[in-house]
Amino acid sequence: MPQPQIGVLALQGDVREHLYALEAAGARAVPVRRPSEVEAVDAIVLPGGESTTISKLARTFEVLEPLRERIGGGMPAYGSCAGMILLADRIEDGVEGQETIGGLDVTVRRNAFGRQVDSFEADVEVDGVPGDPVHAVFIRAPWVEAVGERVEQLARVKGGPADGRIVAVRQGHLLATSFHPELTGDLRVHALFVELVKGR
Amino acid sequence: MSVPSAPLENESSSGSTGTARVKRGMAEMLKGGVIMDVVTPEQAKIAEDAGAVAVMALERVPADIRKQGGIARMSDPDMVEGIVNSVSIPVMAKARIGHFVEAQVLQSLGVDYVDESEVLTPADEAHHIDKWAFTVPFVCGATDLGEALRRIAEGAAMIRSKGEAGTGNVVEATRHMRQIRSDIRRLATLDETELFVAAKELRAPYDLVAEVAKLGKLPVVLFTAGGIATPADAAMMMQLGAEGVFVGSGIFKSGDPARRAEAIVKATTFYDDPDVIAKVSRGLGEPMVGINISELPADQRYSDRGW
Repeated sequence: MPQPQIGVLALQGDVREHLYALEAAGARAVPVRRPSEVEAVDAIVLPGGESTTISKLARTFEVLEPLRERIGGGMPAYGSCAGMILLADRIEDGVEGQETIGGLDVTVRRNAFGRQVDSFEADVEVDGVPGDPVHAVFIRAPWVEAVGERVEQLARVKGGPADGRIVAVRQGHLLATSFHPELTGDLRVHALFVELVKGR
Repeated sequence: MSVPSAPLENESSSGSTGTARVKRGMAEMLKGGVIMDVVTPEQAKIAEDAGAVAVMALERVPADIRKQGGIARMSDPDMVEGIVNSVSIPVMAKARIGHFVEAQVLQSLGVDYVDESEVLTPADEAHHIDKWAFTVPFVCGATDLGEALRRIAEGAAMIRSKGEAGTGNVVEATRHMRQIRSDIRRLATLDETELFVAAKELRAPYDLVAEVAKLGKLPVVLFTAGGIATPADAAMMMQLGAEGVFVGSGIFKSGDPARRAEAIVKATTFYDDPDVIAKVSRGLGEPMVGINISELPADQRYSDRGW
Protein backbone atom coordinates (compact mmCIF):
# COMPACT_ATOMS: atom_id res chain seq x y z
CA MET A 1 0.00 0.00 0.00
CA PRO A 2 1.98 3.05 -1.20
CA GLN A 3 -0.20 5.82 0.22
CA PRO A 4 -3.03 4.53 2.40
CA GLN A 5 -6.31 6.38 2.78
CA ILE A 6 -6.96 6.86 6.48
CA GLY A 7 -10.27 8.11 7.82
CA VAL A 8 -10.74 10.23 10.93
CA LEU A 9 -14.08 9.70 12.66
CA ALA A 10 -15.52 13.21 12.37
CA LEU A 11 -18.59 13.19 14.61
CA GLN A 12 -17.01 15.43 17.27
CA GLY A 13 -13.56 16.27 18.65
CA ASP A 14 -10.12 17.32 17.40
CA VAL A 15 -10.62 15.91 13.91
CA ARG A 16 -8.68 18.60 12.03
CA GLU A 17 -5.48 18.02 14.05
CA HIS A 18 -5.53 14.29 13.25
CA LEU A 19 -6.22 14.94 9.55
CA TYR A 20 -3.25 17.29 9.48
CA ALA A 21 -0.92 14.90 11.37
CA LEU A 22 -1.85 11.96 9.12
CA GLU A 23 -1.24 13.96 5.93
CA ALA A 24 2.09 15.16 7.32
CA ALA A 25 2.99 11.53 8.13
CA GLY A 26 2.42 10.51 4.51
CA ALA A 27 -1.17 9.26 4.38
CA ARG A 28 -4.21 10.59 2.56
CA ALA A 29 -6.60 11.63 5.32
CA VAL A 30 -10.38 12.04 5.04
CA PRO A 31 -13.15 12.80 7.53
CA VAL A 32 -15.63 9.94 8.10
CA ARG A 33 -19.22 10.47 9.28
CA ARG A 34 -21.30 8.03 7.22
CA PRO A 35 -21.47 4.22 6.81
CA SER A 36 -20.36 4.45 3.16
CA GLU A 37 -17.33 6.47 4.22
CA VAL A 38 -16.38 3.79 6.77
CA GLU A 39 -16.31 1.26 3.92
CA ALA A 40 -14.08 3.46 1.74
CA VAL A 41 -11.03 3.82 4.00
CA ASP A 42 -8.01 1.56 4.65
CA ALA A 43 -7.79 2.48 8.34
CA ILE A 44 -9.49 4.71 10.90
CA VAL A 45 -8.40 7.18 13.57
CA LEU A 46 -10.74 7.80 16.50
CA PRO A 47 -9.91 11.34 17.68
CA GLY A 48 -9.90 13.05 21.04
CA GLY A 49 -13.22 14.51 22.12
CA GLU A 50 -16.05 13.60 24.48
CA SER A 51 -16.40 9.82 24.37
CA THR A 52 -20.05 9.81 25.49
CA THR A 53 -21.00 12.22 22.70
CA ILE A 54 -19.05 10.38 20.00
CA SER A 55 -20.44 7.02 21.06
CA LYS A 56 -24.01 8.32 21.01
CA LEU A 57 -23.59 9.97 17.59
CA ALA A 58 -21.93 6.82 16.20
CA ARG A 59 -25.00 4.82 17.21
CA THR A 60 -27.48 7.44 15.90
CA PHE A 61 -25.78 7.90 12.53
CA GLU A 62 -25.28 4.15 12.06
CA VAL A 63 -21.50 3.99 11.93
CA LEU A 64 -21.02 2.04 15.18
CA GLU A 65 -21.80 -1.40 13.70
CA PRO A 66 -19.87 -0.82 10.43
CA LEU A 67 -16.85 0.28 12.48
CA ARG A 68 -17.16 -2.81 14.73
CA GLU A 69 -17.33 -5.06 11.69
CA ARG A 70 -14.39 -3.51 9.88
CA ILE A 71 -12.16 -3.23 12.94
CA GLY A 72 -13.17 -6.77 13.96
CA GLY A 73 -12.24 -7.85 10.43
CA GLY A 74 -8.71 -6.45 10.74
CA MET A 75 -8.93 -2.79 9.67
CA PRO A 76 -6.20 -0.89 11.54
CA ALA A 77 -7.40 1.69 14.05
CA TYR A 78 -5.71 4.26 16.27
CA GLY A 79 -7.50 6.01 19.12
CA SER A 80 -6.25 8.97 21.17
CA CYS A 81 -7.90 9.73 24.53
CA ALA A 82 -11.66 9.45 23.79
CA GLY A 83 -10.58 7.25 20.87
CA MET A 84 -8.84 4.89 23.30
CA ILE A 85 -12.10 4.62 25.26
CA LEU A 86 -14.00 3.85 22.03
CA LEU A 87 -11.56 1.05 21.13
CA ALA A 88 -11.67 -0.58 24.57
CA ASP A 89 -13.65 -3.77 25.18
CA ARG A 90 -14.41 -2.66 28.75
CA ILE A 91 -14.70 0.78 30.39
CA GLU A 92 -14.83 1.94 34.00
CA ASP A 93 -16.59 5.17 35.02
CA GLY A 94 -18.51 5.45 31.77
CA VAL A 95 -22.07 6.77 31.72
CA GLU A 96 -24.91 4.26 31.98
CA GLY A 97 -25.24 2.33 28.74
CA GLN A 98 -22.12 3.89 27.14
CA GLU A 99 -21.22 1.76 24.15
CA THR A 100 -17.78 1.28 22.65
CA ILE A 101 -16.66 0.01 19.27
CA GLY A 102 -14.33 -2.40 21.05
CA GLY A 103 -11.68 -4.72 19.67
CA LEU A 104 -8.91 -3.83 22.08
CA ASP A 105 -8.78 -6.35 24.95
CA VAL A 106 -8.30 -3.79 27.72
CA THR A 107 -10.19 -2.12 30.55
CA VAL A 108 -9.93 1.66 30.28
CA ARG A 109 -10.83 4.04 33.11
CA ARG A 110 -12.48 7.22 31.89
CA ASN A 111 -11.28 10.62 33.30
CA ALA A 112 -8.80 8.56 35.34
CA PHE A 113 -6.30 11.36 35.95
CA GLY A 114 -9.00 13.69 37.29
CA ARG A 115 -10.68 16.88 36.17
CA GLN A 116 -9.31 19.61 33.86
CA VAL A 117 -7.22 21.23 36.63
CA ASP A 118 -5.32 17.91 36.76
CA SER A 119 -4.69 17.84 32.99
CA PHE A 120 -0.94 17.89 32.35
CA GLU A 121 1.91 17.48 29.92
CA ALA A 122 4.93 15.24 30.53
CA ASP A 123 7.55 13.23 28.68
CA VAL A 124 6.89 9.51 28.24
CA GLU A 125 9.00 6.78 26.65
CA VAL A 126 6.95 4.95 24.03
CA ASP A 127 8.09 1.51 22.76
CA GLY A 128 8.23 1.58 18.98
CA VAL A 129 8.91 5.33 18.86
CA PRO A 130 12.67 5.75 18.49
CA GLY A 131 14.65 8.73 19.76
CA ASP A 132 13.66 11.19 22.45
CA PRO A 133 10.70 10.56 24.74
CA VAL A 134 7.32 11.70 23.39
CA HIS A 135 6.08 14.95 24.92
CA ALA A 136 2.60 13.83 25.88
CA VAL A 137 -0.45 16.03 26.54
CA PHE A 138 -3.05 14.48 28.86
CA ILE A 139 -6.47 16.19 28.95
CA ARG A 140 -9.03 14.72 31.37
CA ALA A 141 -7.35 11.59 30.13
CA PRO A 142 -8.17 7.92 30.62
CA TRP A 143 -5.63 5.23 31.50
CA VAL A 144 -5.51 1.52 30.85
CA GLU A 145 -6.49 -0.30 34.00
CA ALA A 146 -6.03 -3.90 32.86
CA VAL A 147 -4.83 -5.61 29.68
CA GLY A 148 -5.51 -8.99 28.06
CA GLU A 149 -2.71 -11.38 27.08
CA ARG A 150 -2.39 -10.23 23.48
CA VAL A 151 -1.93 -6.56 24.40
CA GLU A 152 1.52 -4.94 24.33
CA GLN A 153 2.05 -2.15 26.83
CA LEU A 154 3.92 0.62 25.03
CA ALA A 155 4.14 3.42 27.61
CA ARG A 156 3.66 4.16 31.29
CA VAL A 157 3.54 7.42 33.24
CA LYS A 158 6.66 8.10 35.29
CA GLY A 159 6.41 9.77 38.70
CA GLY A 160 3.56 11.58 40.42
CA PRO A 161 0.36 10.12 41.84
CA ALA A 162 -0.32 8.11 38.68
CA ASP A 163 3.19 6.60 38.54
CA GLY A 164 3.27 3.42 36.47
CA ARG A 165 -0.16 3.77 34.85
CA ILE A 166 -0.37 2.40 31.30
CA VAL A 167 -1.00 5.15 28.73
CA ALA A 168 -0.21 3.53 25.36
CA VAL A 169 -1.01 0.03 24.08
CA ARG A 170 -0.94 -2.01 20.89
CA GLN A 171 -2.76 -5.19 19.97
CA GLY A 172 -1.85 -6.22 16.43
CA HIS A 173 -3.63 -3.74 14.14
CA LEU A 174 -4.96 -1.61 17.01
CA LEU A 175 -3.07 1.27 18.64
CA ALA A 176 -4.26 3.53 21.46
CA THR A 177 -2.83 6.37 23.55
CA SER A 178 -4.27 8.22 26.57
CA PHE A 179 -2.52 11.36 25.31
CA HIS A 180 -2.80 13.59 22.23
CA PRO A 181 0.22 13.49 19.87
CA GLU A 182 -1.94 15.42 17.38
CA LEU A 183 -1.64 18.53 19.59
CA THR A 184 2.15 18.80 19.72
CA GLY A 185 3.40 18.65 16.14
CA ASP A 186 5.47 15.52 16.99
CA LEU A 187 4.43 13.18 14.17
CA ARG A 188 6.13 10.02 15.38
CA VAL A 189 3.05 8.28 16.80
CA HIS A 190 1.08 9.01 13.62
CA ALA A 191 4.06 7.81 11.56
CA LEU A 192 4.07 4.58 13.58
CA PHE A 193 0.38 4.12 12.75
CA VAL A 194 0.83 4.94 9.05
CA GLU A 195 3.65 2.33 8.88
CA LEU A 196 1.40 -0.18 10.64
CA VAL A 197 -1.31 0.48 8.02
CA LYS A 198 1.16 0.21 5.12
CA GLY A 199 2.42 -3.10 6.47
CA ARG A 200 -0.97 -4.79 6.18
CA MET B 1 0.86 26.49 15.97
CA SER B 2 2.90 28.67 18.30
CA VAL B 3 1.57 28.68 21.82
CA PRO B 4 2.92 31.28 24.26
CA SER B 5 3.61 29.57 27.54
CA ALA B 6 1.78 30.68 30.63
CA PRO B 7 3.93 32.49 33.20
CA LEU B 8 2.47 30.35 35.96
CA GLU B 9 3.12 26.70 35.24
CA ASN B 10 3.04 24.15 37.98
CA GLU B 11 6.00 21.84 37.56
CA SER B 12 6.02 18.53 39.37
CA SER B 13 7.62 15.15 38.91
CA SER B 14 4.52 13.97 37.04
CA GLY B 15 4.50 16.91 34.61
CA SER B 16 3.09 20.43 34.26
CA THR B 17 -0.53 21.36 34.86
CA GLY B 18 -2.28 24.59 33.86
CA THR B 19 -0.13 25.16 30.75
CA ALA B 20 -1.45 27.09 27.76
CA ARG B 21 -1.35 23.83 25.82
CA VAL B 22 -3.56 21.82 28.19
CA LYS B 23 -5.94 24.78 28.55
CA ARG B 24 -6.29 25.35 24.80
CA GLY B 25 -6.17 21.60 24.18
CA MET B 26 -9.23 21.09 26.38
CA ALA B 27 -11.20 23.38 24.06
CA GLU B 28 -9.92 21.46 21.02
CA MET B 29 -11.60 18.36 22.48
CA LEU B 30 -14.96 20.17 22.62
CA LYS B 31 -14.96 21.05 18.91
CA GLY B 32 -17.96 20.02 16.87
CA GLY B 33 -19.95 19.79 20.08
CA VAL B 34 -22.73 21.56 21.96
CA ILE B 35 -22.35 23.04 25.46
CA MET B 36 -25.66 23.48 27.26
CA ASP B 37 -26.76 25.82 30.07
CA VAL B 38 -28.25 23.86 32.99
CA VAL B 39 -29.57 25.00 36.35
CA THR B 40 -30.17 21.66 38.11
CA PRO B 41 -28.52 18.21 38.26
CA GLU B 42 -31.61 16.80 36.48
CA GLN B 43 -31.11 19.18 33.55
CA ALA B 44 -27.42 18.29 33.49
CA LYS B 45 -28.32 14.60 33.12
CA ILE B 46 -30.74 15.42 30.29
CA ALA B 47 -27.97 17.37 28.55
CA GLU B 48 -25.45 14.54 29.01
CA ASP B 49 -27.94 11.96 27.71
CA ALA B 50 -28.65 14.18 24.70
CA GLY B 51 -24.95 14.16 23.75
CA ALA B 52 -23.73 17.51 25.12
CA VAL B 53 -19.90 17.73 25.22
CA ALA B 54 -20.10 19.84 28.39
CA VAL B 55 -22.62 21.68 30.54
CA MET B 56 -22.58 25.26 31.83
CA ALA B 57 -23.77 25.32 35.43
CA LEU B 58 -25.62 28.48 36.40
CA GLU B 59 -28.36 29.61 38.75
CA ARG B 60 -30.64 31.21 36.18
CA VAL B 61 -30.55 30.92 32.40
CA PRO B 62 -30.06 34.28 30.64
CA ALA B 63 -33.75 34.54 29.70
CA ASP B 64 -34.66 34.47 33.41
CA ILE B 65 -31.86 36.89 34.33
CA ARG B 66 -33.43 39.31 31.84
CA LYS B 67 -36.92 38.79 33.20
CA GLN B 68 -36.05 38.98 36.90
CA GLY B 69 -33.40 41.71 36.68
CA GLY B 70 -31.13 42.57 39.60
CA ILE B 71 -27.45 41.70 39.93
CA ALA B 72 -26.51 38.39 38.37
CA ARG B 73 -23.59 36.66 40.14
CA MET B 74 -21.66 33.40 40.27
CA SER B 75 -23.90 30.49 41.27
CA ASP B 76 -24.12 29.05 44.77
CA PRO B 77 -21.24 26.57 45.31
CA ASP B 78 -23.74 23.91 46.46
CA MET B 79 -25.52 24.21 43.15
CA VAL B 80 -22.28 24.06 41.10
CA GLU B 81 -21.06 21.09 43.12
CA GLY B 82 -24.41 19.30 42.71
CA ILE B 83 -23.99 19.52 38.94
CA VAL B 84 -20.28 18.60 39.00
CA ASN B 85 -21.23 15.44 40.92
CA SER B 86 -24.19 14.53 38.70
CA VAL B 87 -22.44 14.17 35.32
CA SER B 88 -19.18 12.78 33.96
CA ILE B 89 -18.80 15.26 31.08
CA PRO B 90 -16.91 18.54 31.67
CA VAL B 91 -18.65 21.23 33.71
CA MET B 92 -18.21 24.96 33.06
CA ALA B 93 -19.43 27.80 35.24
CA LYS B 94 -19.71 31.58 34.92
CA ALA B 95 -17.86 34.28 36.83
CA ARG B 96 -18.56 38.01 36.49
CA ILE B 97 -16.28 40.04 34.23
CA GLY B 98 -13.30 41.10 36.36
CA HIS B 99 -14.40 39.10 39.42
CA PHE B 100 -11.24 37.10 40.00
CA VAL B 101 -12.39 35.80 43.38
CA GLU B 102 -15.48 34.19 41.89
CA ALA B 103 -13.09 32.54 39.44
CA GLN B 104 -10.86 31.37 42.32
CA VAL B 105 -13.91 29.83 43.99
CA LEU B 106 -14.98 28.06 40.80
CA GLN B 107 -11.46 26.67 40.35
CA SER B 108 -11.49 25.37 43.92
CA LEU B 109 -14.86 23.66 43.25
CA GLY B 110 -13.23 21.67 40.43
CA VAL B 111 -15.05 23.14 37.44
CA ASP B 112 -13.33 22.35 34.15
CA TYR B 113 -13.71 25.76 32.45
CA VAL B 114 -14.65 29.23 33.70
CA ASP B 115 -16.75 31.50 31.48
CA GLU B 116 -15.91 35.14 32.27
CA SER B 117 -19.33 36.17 31.10
CA GLU B 118 -21.14 39.35 30.12
CA VAL B 119 -24.39 37.57 30.99
CA LEU B 120 -23.58 38.21 34.65
CA THR B 121 -23.32 41.77 35.95
CA PRO B 122 -19.73 43.02 35.46
CA ALA B 123 -17.70 43.44 38.66
CA ASP B 124 -15.00 45.66 37.13
CA GLU B 125 -15.61 48.35 34.54
CA ALA B 126 -12.01 48.47 33.27
CA HIS B 127 -10.28 45.15 33.85
CA HIS B 128 -10.98 41.60 32.91
CA ILE B 129 -9.57 38.75 35.02
CA ASP B 130 -5.85 37.98 34.64
CA LYS B 131 -6.50 34.48 33.39
CA TRP B 132 -2.84 33.43 33.19
CA ALA B 133 -2.85 33.31 37.02
CA PHE B 134 -5.19 30.29 37.03
CA THR B 135 -4.81 26.53 36.49
CA VAL B 136 -8.41 26.28 35.25
CA PRO B 137 -8.89 27.51 31.65
CA PHE B 138 -11.20 30.39 30.67
CA VAL B 139 -13.59 31.06 27.80
CA CYS B 140 -14.54 34.68 27.05
CA GLY B 141 -17.03 36.38 24.76
CA ALA B 142 -16.10 38.64 21.84
CA THR B 143 -17.94 40.72 19.27
CA ASP B 144 -14.97 41.31 16.95
CA LEU B 145 -11.36 40.24 16.44
CA GLY B 146 -9.82 43.00 18.57
CA GLU B 147 -11.92 42.01 21.55
CA ALA B 148 -11.09 38.31 21.02
CA LEU B 149 -7.35 39.07 20.93
CA ARG B 150 -7.50 41.27 24.04
CA ARG B 151 -9.08 38.34 25.88
CA ILE B 152 -6.48 35.90 24.53
CA ALA B 153 -3.73 38.29 25.64
CA GLU B 154 -5.22 38.13 29.15
CA GLY B 155 -5.04 34.31 29.01
CA ALA B 156 -8.40 33.17 27.57
CA ALA B 157 -7.96 29.66 26.13
CA MET B 158 -11.20 29.68 24.14
CA ILE B 159 -13.35 32.40 22.56
CA ARG B 160 -17.08 32.47 21.87
CA SER B 161 -19.13 35.02 20.01
CA LYS B 162 -21.20 36.99 22.51
CA GLY B 163 -24.43 37.14 20.56
CA GLU B 164 -27.26 38.44 22.70
CA ALA B 165 -27.91 35.82 25.37
CA GLY B 166 -31.42 35.04 26.55
CA THR B 167 -33.17 36.45 23.50
CA GLY B 168 -33.59 33.31 21.38
CA ASN B 169 -32.59 35.63 18.54
CA VAL B 170 -29.57 34.60 16.55
CA VAL B 171 -29.01 37.91 14.76
CA GLU B 172 -26.29 39.23 17.10
CA ALA B 173 -24.37 35.94 17.10
CA THR B 174 -24.48 36.08 13.30
CA ARG B 175 -23.12 39.62 13.34
CA HIS B 176 -20.29 38.70 15.72
CA MET B 177 -19.29 35.53 13.87
CA ARG B 178 -19.24 37.38 10.55
CA GLN B 179 -17.29 40.25 12.08
CA ILE B 180 -14.62 38.03 13.66
CA ARG B 181 -14.18 35.95 10.51
CA SER B 182 -14.07 38.95 8.22
CA ASP B 183 -11.54 40.72 10.49
CA ILE B 184 -9.36 37.58 10.26
CA ARG B 185 -9.64 37.42 6.45
CA ARG B 186 -8.72 41.07 6.19
CA LEU B 187 -5.55 40.56 8.27
CA ALA B 188 -4.40 37.86 5.89
CA THR B 189 -4.30 40.41 3.04
CA LEU B 190 -2.01 42.88 4.83
CA ASP B 191 1.76 43.17 4.47
CA GLU B 192 4.06 43.27 7.47
CA THR B 193 4.14 47.07 7.76
CA GLU B 194 0.37 47.26 7.64
CA LEU B 195 0.07 44.72 10.46
CA PHE B 196 1.49 47.26 12.94
CA VAL B 197 -1.31 49.67 12.07
CA ALA B 198 -3.85 46.84 12.20
CA ALA B 199 -2.70 46.00 15.74
CA LYS B 200 -3.20 49.62 16.72
CA GLU B 201 -6.68 49.73 15.16
CA LEU B 202 -7.69 46.42 16.71
CA ARG B 203 -6.30 47.56 20.09
CA ALA B 204 -4.60 44.17 20.36
CA PRO B 205 -1.01 43.00 20.91
CA TYR B 206 1.05 42.99 17.70
CA ASP B 207 2.35 39.43 18.23
CA LEU B 208 -1.17 38.00 18.38
CA VAL B 209 -2.23 40.04 15.34
CA ALA B 210 0.75 38.72 13.36
CA GLU B 211 0.00 35.17 14.50
CA VAL B 212 -3.63 35.40 13.33
CA ALA B 213 -2.53 36.88 9.99
CA LYS B 214 -0.20 33.91 9.51
CA LEU B 215 -2.57 31.15 10.71
CA GLY B 216 -5.71 32.57 9.10
CA LYS B 217 -7.55 31.69 12.31
CA LEU B 218 -7.51 32.46 16.02
CA PRO B 219 -4.78 30.70 18.03
CA VAL B 220 -7.57 29.25 20.21
CA VAL B 221 -10.87 27.49 19.49
CA LEU B 222 -13.79 29.73 18.43
CA PHE B 223 -17.32 28.75 19.50
CA THR B 224 -20.55 30.66 19.06
CA ALA B 225 -23.08 31.70 21.70
CA GLY B 226 -26.00 34.01 22.33
CA GLY B 227 -29.48 33.41 20.93
CA ILE B 228 -29.14 29.95 19.37
CA ALA B 229 -32.56 28.29 19.64
CA THR B 230 -32.98 25.79 16.79
CA PRO B 231 -30.95 23.08 15.01
CA ALA B 232 -30.81 25.35 11.95
CA ASP B 233 -29.41 28.21 14.08
CA ALA B 234 -26.61 25.92 15.29
CA ALA B 235 -25.84 24.68 11.77
CA MET B 236 -25.77 28.21 10.38
CA MET B 237 -23.24 29.26 13.01
CA MET B 238 -21.08 26.25 12.11
CA GLN B 239 -21.28 27.17 8.42
CA LEU B 240 -20.23 30.70 9.37
CA GLY B 241 -17.07 29.24 10.88
CA ALA B 242 -17.90 28.45 14.50
CA GLU B 243 -16.11 25.35 15.78
CA GLY B 244 -18.90 24.49 18.21
CA VAL B 245 -22.00 25.90 19.89
CA PHE B 246 -23.13 27.14 23.30
CA VAL B 247 -26.89 26.93 23.82
CA GLY B 248 -28.23 28.83 26.79
CA SER B 249 -31.91 29.43 27.33
CA GLY B 250 -32.78 27.85 23.95
CA ILE B 251 -33.06 24.30 25.28
CA PHE B 252 -34.63 24.40 28.72
CA LYS B 253 -36.97 27.28 27.81
CA SER B 254 -38.44 25.24 24.96
CA GLY B 255 -41.39 22.83 24.92
CA ASP B 256 -39.42 19.56 24.75
CA PRO B 257 -35.87 20.12 26.06
CA ALA B 258 -34.55 16.54 25.70
CA ARG B 259 -35.62 16.30 22.09
CA ARG B 260 -34.45 19.78 21.13
CA ALA B 261 -31.10 19.20 22.84
CA GLU B 262 -30.53 15.99 20.88
CA ALA B 263 -31.61 17.66 17.63
CA ILE B 264 -29.17 20.55 18.10
CA VAL B 265 -26.33 18.07 18.81
CA LYS B 266 -27.07 16.20 15.57
CA ALA B 267 -27.40 19.38 13.52
CA THR B 268 -24.04 20.59 14.84
CA THR B 269 -22.30 17.39 13.67
CA PHE B 270 -24.03 17.42 10.23
CA TYR B 271 -24.09 21.22 9.92
CA ASP B 272 -23.36 21.02 6.20
CA ASP B 273 -26.05 18.43 5.37
CA PRO B 274 -29.51 20.04 4.94
CA ASP B 275 -31.20 16.60 4.73
CA VAL B 276 -30.05 15.76 8.25
CA ILE B 277 -30.96 19.23 9.57
CA ALA B 278 -34.45 18.92 8.03
CA LYS B 279 -34.91 15.50 9.58
CA VAL B 280 -33.89 16.50 13.09
CA SER B 281 -35.87 19.77 12.98
CA ARG B 282 -39.25 18.00 12.68
CA GLY B 283 -41.73 17.89 15.56
CA LEU B 284 -39.58 19.54 18.21
CA GLY B 285 -42.47 21.38 19.85
CA GLU B 286 -42.40 25.04 20.81
CA PRO B 287 -39.07 26.87 20.59
CA MET B 288 -38.38 29.49 23.26
CA VAL B 289 -40.22 32.75 22.72
CA GLY B 290 -37.74 35.24 21.31
CA ILE B 291 -37.05 38.93 21.80
CA ASN B 292 -36.36 41.46 19.05
CA ILE B 293 -33.03 43.13 19.72
CA SER B 294 -34.45 46.55 18.76
CA GLU B 295 -36.90 46.24 21.66
CA LEU B 296 -34.06 45.82 24.17
CA PRO B 297 -33.17 48.96 26.14
CA ALA B 298 -29.47 49.82 25.86
CA ASP B 299 -28.70 48.85 29.45
CA GLN B 300 -30.02 45.34 28.78
CA ARG B 301 -27.69 44.61 25.90
CA TYR B 302 -25.25 42.16 27.40
CA SER B 303 -22.98 42.19 24.34
CA ASP B 304 -21.94 45.79 25.16
CA ARG B 305 -20.41 44.58 28.44
CA GLY B 306 -16.67 43.88 28.29
CA TRP B 307 -13.82 46.16 27.25
